Amino acid sequence: MLLNQFLLLGAVLFCIGVYGVLVRRNSVLVLMSIELMLAAVNINLVAFSAYHDNVAGQAFALFVLTIAAAEVGVGLAIVLLIYRNLRSADLDDVDVLKG
Amino acid sequence: MFFLDHAWLVPLIPAVSFVVILLFGKRMPKQGSEVGVAALGASFVLACGAVVQWIQRVGDLEEGEGAGHALAAFGQSVGRLGAEAHGGPFVEPVVHHATWFSWGGVELGVGTQIDGLAVMMMFVVTTISLLVHVYSLEYMRDDRRFTHYYAALSLFSASMLLLVVADNTLQLLVGWELVGLCSFMLIGHWWEEQPNSNAALKAFLTTRTGDIGLLCGVIMTFFLVERATGEGSFNILQVNEAALSGDVGHTLLLWTAAALLLGIIGKSGQFPLHTWLPDAMAGPTPVSALIHAATMVVAGVYLGARLFPVFYEGFSIADGGVNVMALVGGITVLVGASLAFVQHDIKKVLAYSTISQLGYMVMGLGVGAWIAAVFHLFTHAFFKANLFLGAGSVSHSGSHHSFDMVRDMGGLRKHMPQTFITFLVGTAALTGFPLLAGFFSKDEILASADNNDFQFFFWVGMIGAVMTAAYMVRAIYYVFFGEYRGGDHAPAAHGNGDDLVEHHLADDQEAHGHGDAAHAGPHESPGLITVPLWILTFFSAFAGYLLAPMFHIEKFTEWVEPTGAPFFPALSHPEFEWSKALIAIAAAAIGYALAYLFYWRRAYAQDLAQRNALARAGKTLLVNKYYLDDLYEGVVVGGTKGPVARAAYWVNQHVIDNVLNLAGRGAMSAGRFTYNIVDQRVVDGAVNGLAVGTGDAGGAVRKIQTGRLQRYALLLVLSVGAFSAWLWIYTN
Repeated sequence: MLLNQFLLLGAVLFCIGVYGVLVRRNSVLVLMSIELMLAAVNINLVAFSAYHDNVAGQAFALFVLTIAAAEVGVGLAIVLLIYRNLRSADLDDVDVLKG
Repeated sequence: MFFLDHAWLVPLIPAVSFVVILLFGKRMPKQGSEVGVAALGASFVLACGAVVQWIQRVGDLEEGEGAGHALAAFGQSVGRLGAEAHGGPFVEPVVHHATWFSWGGVELGVGTQIDGLAVMMMFVVTTISLLVHVYSLEYMRDDRRFTHYYAALSLFSASMLLLVVADNTLQLLVGWELVGLCSFMLIGHWWEEQPNSNAALKAFLTTRTGDIGLLCGVIMTFFLVERATGEGSFNILQVNEAALSGDVGHTLLLWTAAALLLGIIGKSGQFPLHTWLPDAMAGPTPVSALIHAATMVVAGVYLGARLFPVFYEGFSIADGGVNVMALVGGITVLVGASLAFVQHDIKKVLAYSTISQLGYMVMGLGVGAWIAAVFHLFTHAFFKANLFLGAGSVSHSGSHHSFDMVRDMGGLRKHMPQTFITFLVGTAALTGFPLLAGFFSKDEILASADNNDFQFFFWVGMIGAVMTAAYMVRAIYYVFFGEYRGGDHAPAAHGNGDDLVEHHLADDQEAHGHGDAAHAGPHESPGLITVPLWILTFFSAFAGYLLAPMFHIEKFTEWVEPTGAPFFPALSHPEFEWSKALIAIAAAAIGYALAYLFYWRRAYAQDLAQRNALARAGKTLLVNKYYLDDLYEGVVVGGTKGPVARAAYWVNQHVIDNVLNLAGRGAMSAGRFTYNIVDQRVVDGAVNGLAVGTGDAGGAVRKIQTGRLQRYALLLVLSVGAFSAWLWIYTN
């Protein structure tokens, strides 16, 4: 089994996620990109778990999935509130912290 | 020898009792008095045990001599220090010593030195103190500070016992000062009234004047021993031995003796520092009894007896003639006795009588009549306590707490028969009535004075005896004979300055049925007062038979005087002579007769003070107490106060003000400099500069604070990338 291919897939997914977070304006899409990054991490965990024949990594992957679900819940709630206040989900409009 | 070895318990028990009463007394059913009485009772038992064992010890020595072998417990002075006169075995004192701390090779300690003198004093102090404790149960009943009174009484006894058992002069000094402190507390027991608190202060400060001498003297005793043995010590036995060794220069001995004598003069009310003693009558009467009989004032005489060899050598007592110590004592005998004639206050009569009797003791020491002086201390303690407690009884139950015998007493012999008889026996003992205690002890002093070539003081003592008999009969006349004069007026109505009226506070009087309605007339005191009186009367009558050369009894000398010891000079004792005894009896008889003729018969010289200018001048002199108080308060205190105040004012105006002005001006210019340069420029500059700098930096940095989430994320990613790149380069 080749570890490299899984790691490469993870890296590509992670880069797509980073790109999405940095570039997309729509906050829902930013959240989805974060999910992509988490999925990339999960692939790495499972790949190393299989490689070292150790189930701990897979257990961690399950935890990451759970936390990711919670994170999306919180994130979507924030997005909803932003939309309610600004009538927009565009991240460029959210600059109230500008110094 | 349990009681002799554990004599430290005797002062310790009252000391513990003091603490207990002070802390818990108020919560006890009898407000702490039961602890005080019990503690003194225990001390009394221990002291009695010590007396018995000491007498056994003396007896053992004599048996040992008879059997021809020296006992290990007894000393044998083997011609050391070239003292040929000191031969033969002597009763070694029981000494126990513990180091308190040692410092630079000098060891300071506490310990007990139990010998005949200490045992005798322990017995006297615990007996009188116990009786005073019991007596006070009734006398001080419902007093405002009853608990504190008992606490102070316990501490008083404890301090005196500490002084008595001391084996070194330093411990003696500690006990001495504590005794002074307690007398201050007790004399000022009713401090709410100004005269009482003044009297307490006067007692404290006057004795303190003498204490300066004592302190110097104690320090000198250390060097006395160093001069003799090469190593300094405060140990009393060593001091005495050093004084007798002949290795110490006479000058040092003389100054040590003089300094110690100053302490005695202050403490034992000797002329010219006796003025505090009559004022000390402001305290409660049982306290006066304790002060005059067993504790405070006899501490001075005890010191004189304890360190007698120092005086013996320092004042060359062996030479006879006149010396300072005998002179001080002799003057005091006459001054005290003469002042007693003009007092209206019965307690003041007794106070001056005490001064006079203490004069006898100091004079006795001064003429080398050691055992006689100590014996007089012993007997005087009993009859003076008897007289004071009797006076207290009279005031308590007979005259509405007044002590003015001319105004408020008279005719009390019918109302208070027990007090009258006990007081009469006490008086007879004091005045040297034949076969009572004072007769033997006073005669012993006078006989020794004559025997040791001090004829002058023999006659001084005789004149004193005449006066003593006369003024005591005068007091008896005023108190117990004639008509009762105290009937109508309330006690508080006549406080004309010098009179002492013991105000038991008004509420107390109600509380124990002493309101005027409750006892309109004088009556006998209850048992708590009369029983101690009877006990003391017994001692006043019979204590003299311990040393009665007339009947060839010399037990007291045998038990108390350390004959033959290297730390005690060889003294000669007078043979009994009928001629001297008859002179003494005649002296007392003359005194009685003069007073009887004057007061009862009105036989002579009535109103002499009105008719004769010389007599008037004499009386004025006496009423004003030889102007000594005026001398001290006006000249000494005033003379010191005025110049000191003026000097202080001058210093204040010229020195301190200038310094202050200078300092003020300096501070002002320094302030101005600080404001202009430091504050305005440096501090403000720094603060402003910091603020501006912070603002500029903020302005620069705020540009990256866009508020745009994705910009932040981009910076984050770039930073991570940059760090990763740097790490990668660095590790490869």
